[in-house]
Amino acid sequence: MNETAQDQDTGFHTEDMTISVGPQHPSTHGVLRFVVKTDGEVISEAIPDVGYLHRSIEKIGEKVTWHGYVPYTDRADYLAAMFANQVFCMAAEKLAGTPVTRRGEFCRVIACELNRLASHLISVGTFGQDIGAMTPFVHALRERETINNLMEEICGARLTYNYIRIGGVGYDILPETCTRISEFLDHFEPIVDEFNRLLTGNKIFIERLAGIAVVSKEDALQYNLVGPNLRGAGIKWDIRRDIPYSVYPELEFEIPVGTGHIGALGDSFDRYWVRIRELQESCKIVRQCLKMLPKGPAISKVARKFKPAAGECYVRVEAPRGDMGFYVISDGSEYPYRVRIRTGSYTAMSIIDKLSKGIMLADLIVLIGSLDVDAPEIDR
Amino acid sequence: MEPSEIFARLEKQFAAKVSDFKGDVQEPYFSVDAEAILEICRFLRDDAELKFEVLSDQTAVDWPKEEKIQVVYHLYSYAHRHQIVLKVDLPRDNPTIATAEGIWKVANWFEREIFDLFGVIFEGHSDLRRIMLPEDWVGYPLRKDYVEQEEYDGISTQRAPLVDKLMR
Repeated sequence: MNETAQDQDTGFHTEDMTISVGPQHPSTHGVLRFVVKTDGEVISEAIPDVGYLHRSIEKIGEKVTWHGYVPYTDRADYLAAMFANQVFCMAAEKLAGTPVTRRGEFCRVIACELNRLASHLISVGTFGQDIGAMTPFVHALRERETINNLMEEICGARLTYNYIRIGGVGYDILPETCTRISEFLDHFEPIVDEFNRLLTGNKIFIERLAGIAVVSKEDALQYNLVGPNLRGAGIKWDIRRDIPYSVYPELEFEIPVGTGHIGALGDSFDRYWVRIRELQESCKIVRQCLKMLPKGPAISKVARKFKPAAGECYVRVEAPRGDMGFYVISDGSEYPYRVRIRTGSYTAMSIIDKLSKGIMLADLIVLIGSLDVDAPEIDR
Repeated sequence: MEPSEIFARLEKQFAAKVSDFKGDVQEPYFSVDAEAILEICRFLRDDAELKFEVLSDQTAVDWPKEEKIQVVYHLYSYAHRHQIVLKVDLPRDNPTIATAEGIWKVANWFEREIFDLFGVIFEGHSDLRRIMLPEDWVGYPLRKDYVEQEEYDGISTQRAPLVDKLMR
């Protein structure tokens, strides 16, 4: 313990404290830990300690077949399993030159955007809960429950979907499910406004967020922040628009960016606000897809013994936590030679050490929540 | 800028330090000399026409047959919307390379992961510790010839197949 220099002047003793936040702290959503050094309530250093949820998904990829690996990708980020499914399948299809049916592409987008809604609802709901607003969390989870029911109807699972397969999707979306999805959207869109009245506009909430943990544009690039964290810093970059994949070029949607209209550009509020507006955009995308959904098979014919030609590719999609990239190498055999998963939470975690310097201990919780880091996605 | 133009530009600047350009693949790549990695990365980031301000991904691949570990850099430029892949071959028995942390700060964590799982040493790295595994773990799991230690801290890492258990 160090006595600080001011002690001699004032006669007060302030000692540096070392606190362990986590691994079982409610605000860490999963298992991750910070070793925090504080002077009173002001943090001088917060060192992230990750790896509690390391399940070596990358190594497993080298041991199972291409088709067999799809369910494992679910586990990389359990809140957004659909995206990991999609990006791995896209990589396999790219290597083997497998076509995806048009109906399959639309089914993928519908499922993914519903998954994005569910993931963002968890994110904004628990964010409120972490800083003391209990009720919005319940509202968010109530809506997410309906989405989970819809997902169960689409693919039979509520969390780890294993829905997107190489060549298309596992099951077709039935017409009655389409009706229920559009009924849900009719119900959900006003809920976003209700949520804004309940939480976003709340004075205490705004004061906890505005101006806290500001990420500059340079830092966002240096630390390779992606997704809502990058857009919150004012950089208009979205893989769906800028490196288009699937049928996104045919769909119309806005890309919300942070404006700094309440605090400073790139603060916690901006990141939160980007997520809220993405909820509305996702609703728009799903509506368009339901209207455009073509007839035809949901999956193309793919060999059961799937053996893509030797080669490598790096594929990215815009997941709820940003650019999710799979670097897949094939040596022409039944098993992938190497699977590398690059996730948004991993790089977001690396910036916490820098941003936490000089903020209050209570604001560390705001910082973690606003970056929307997800422990299983960090460790993989 | 097209990948071939990017490579031509680098070849003009660094001559033999870059080589083996492959343009007819999904993501065009080329090899870089391990000693020259820092100056080439800095050039790629700072040159106005290249402007690779983002290190999208950094990882490694083990190739035991060729006796090498390959460190792979995926770079992207938001400004010019182009990408390139750099590959650096390192000897398998002593993989050592300079850290790119001073160029892209995110490399700090990427390199810690590569160190942890592949055993590549990054010279000049500010905090080269294991990140996923415990500090006292033996071996580098993502190497192809990795054999798991039988026991860690008194806990067995082996488990009898479930079928055997049921048949008993």
